[in-house]
Amino acid sequence: MKWTPILTIAAVLASSLATAPAATAAGETIKLDGSSTVFPISEAVAEEFQIARRGKVRVTVGISGTGGGFKKFCRGEIDIADASRPISRSEMAACAGAGVRYIELPVAYDALTVAVNPKNTWVDTLTLAELKKMWEPAAQGKVATWRDVNPKWPAQPLRLFGPGADSGTFDYFTEATVGKAKSSRGDFTASEDDNVLVQGVGSDVNALAYFGYAYYAPNAAKLKAVRIVNSKGAAVAPSPQGVLDGSYEPLSRPIFIYVNAASAQRPEVKAFVEFYLGEGAPLIEEVKYVPLARRAYELALRNFRTGKVGTAFGGVTEVGLDVEAMLEREGKL
Amino acid sequence: MLAASGGVVRRKRFDRLFVVLGMLVLIAALAVLLALFTDLVRQGAARLNPDFLTSFASRRPAQAGILAAWVGTSLIMLVTACVAVPVGVAAAIHLEEYAPKNWLTAIIEINVTNLAGVPSIIYGLLALGLFVYEFGLGQSILAAGLTLALLILPIVIVATREALRAVPRTIREAAYALGATRWEVTAHHVLPYSMGGVLTGMIIGLSRAIGETAPIITIGALSFIAFLPTPPFTGEFPFLSFAWLGDPFTAMPIQMFNWVSRPDPAFRVNAAAAGAILLGMTLLMNGLAIWLRHRLRKTFQW
Repeated sequence: MKWTPILTIAAVLASSLATAPAATAAGETIKLDGSSTVFPISEAVAEEFQIARRGKVRVTVGISGTGGGFKKFCRGEIDIADASRPISRSEMAACAGAGVRYIELPVAYDALTVAVNPKNTWVDTLTLAELKKMWEPAAQGKVATWRDVNPKWPAQPLRLFGPGADSGTFDYFTEATVGKAKSSRGDFTASEDDNVLVQGVGSDVNALAYFGYAYYAPNAAKLKAVRIVNSKGAAVAPSPQGVLDGSYEPLSRPIFIYVNAASAQRPEVKAFVEFYLGEGAPLIEEVKYVPLARRAYELALRNFRTGKVGTAFGGVTEVGLDVEAMLEREGKL
Repeated sequence: MLAASGGVVRRKRFDRLFVVLGMLVLIAALAVLLALFTDLVRQGAARLNPDFLTSFASRRPAQAGILAAWVGTSLIMLVTACVAVPVGVAAAIHLEEYAPKNWLTAIIEINVTNLAGVPSIIYGLLALGLFVYEFGLGQSILAAGLTLALLILPIVIVATREALRAVPRTIREAAYALGATRWEVTAHHVLPYSMGGVLTGMIIGLSRAIGETAPIITIGALSFIAFLPTPPFTGEFPFLSFAWLGDPFTAMPIQMFNWVSRPDPAFRVNAAAAGAILLGMTLLMNGLAIWLRHRLRKTFQW
């Protein structure tokens, strides 16, 4: 007798098992998932879009990492994948196998920032050759002090911090400095949580780390951003200005969203992507990323409206990319 | 005689020493919890206001709140309790009152105890394959609730069995002597008397489930949701809707984790405030259990 209410609840729950999943499919929900680097942008756009639509459209944003996001994307579970690097060859194959066609859209730039402790008096500027000497696989166990990199620097231990090997940031940095993606020494402190890297450098005078500019900007008081010597020989500090005029290279990179071409037919997804490309720029600045040039957004919007599917990269990460030229390239699926 | 009384003095001194030692250990344990709680409250003080509970997550730390997170957590706990408690209690009754004492029962018992120690991520992976894909429940509140129900099932079973075992044998025998069937003995006597213990088990289980992060990340808890699940009450017949079971969700630990890993340090204040509220929710649940147990104890006296 006492059990009647509980048994009733259990019975009702059991009977609703069958109906529940059907109910969600009918709702207007736009699903985004993927890179934690792109997350702040997608979150800001989703927030504003839902306010603009007065809550009539639901947008969810998850963080599974670029790779995890593409896995879900190629199974057709989500509408839009957030990616901090272009789609890879194996992911292209997975999408092709499942019949998922996609539109590749760059949405912003991120400036990878190399940071040291503010008390570090000897490093202001680094060349790519010096970064390579620190990070290449051959440095493992050999380059242990700052003097090993440059004889002018003190013989103090060199403590390196960087993102984990699953991160798109790791892929891009190794490609840009060592010359081969994922090729790095293994004896550094790796963390998927960039705040750990920030804290590591903030508390150790001998430390050096790299992470996205969005993590540097709010913590600028605790860190010193290193100027990087570009291909023209000029030492440039990371800044939105340096990214936009192209002088902060090669450590600035575009970040992307990939839209499922079938989802793009749905009016709410179409409106969301147009909002993202059309009105995203101020939001992107607010979360400390660098918006693309106006012309690039126009091209991206054109590609989206004409339904240009495929990737311009063919499955490999490129360093020092011209986004507008990339948008004009032929797409591969 | 004298030697014996000397022994008594020594033994009593040891007794007192143990009381002091026990108190010290207890105080140390409580002090750690209290320090943690005060620290969270102090750090999060700026955001501990009603707005925090009624706003959605946002890119602006000062406007971000935990509405979707606490509603999500509460609904998941509801599903978990509705599934784990009936199933767990039924299983415990079967094992304790009905099951024959043979090797099969012994194997089941050992397994139930072992399951309580399985890392929660394993349940997450199992649920991802079984609930999310095989049963097609998707990344929904229902899938999360069922996952956490699996996780706490062993805890509920073990606690319920202990409670059933504590009911004096004489009560069962008296009931049988009056011609009651096994079901009548269980439903009318054993179960009501052991209700306090059953509730304790349920609350210990739910307190574990409420803070779990790993399994619900695995099955796809989302980081940004700025809407509430479909309301469970509707204006039309049958007035109850279960569409919310299929809605995407986020939960308190996920929201905290997201805030801790954000670039802007201001989000850490939000994370501390959310942590304080999560601890508060757990304490509230435990308090409710103690109160219920106390009331039930007054009802039944042997």
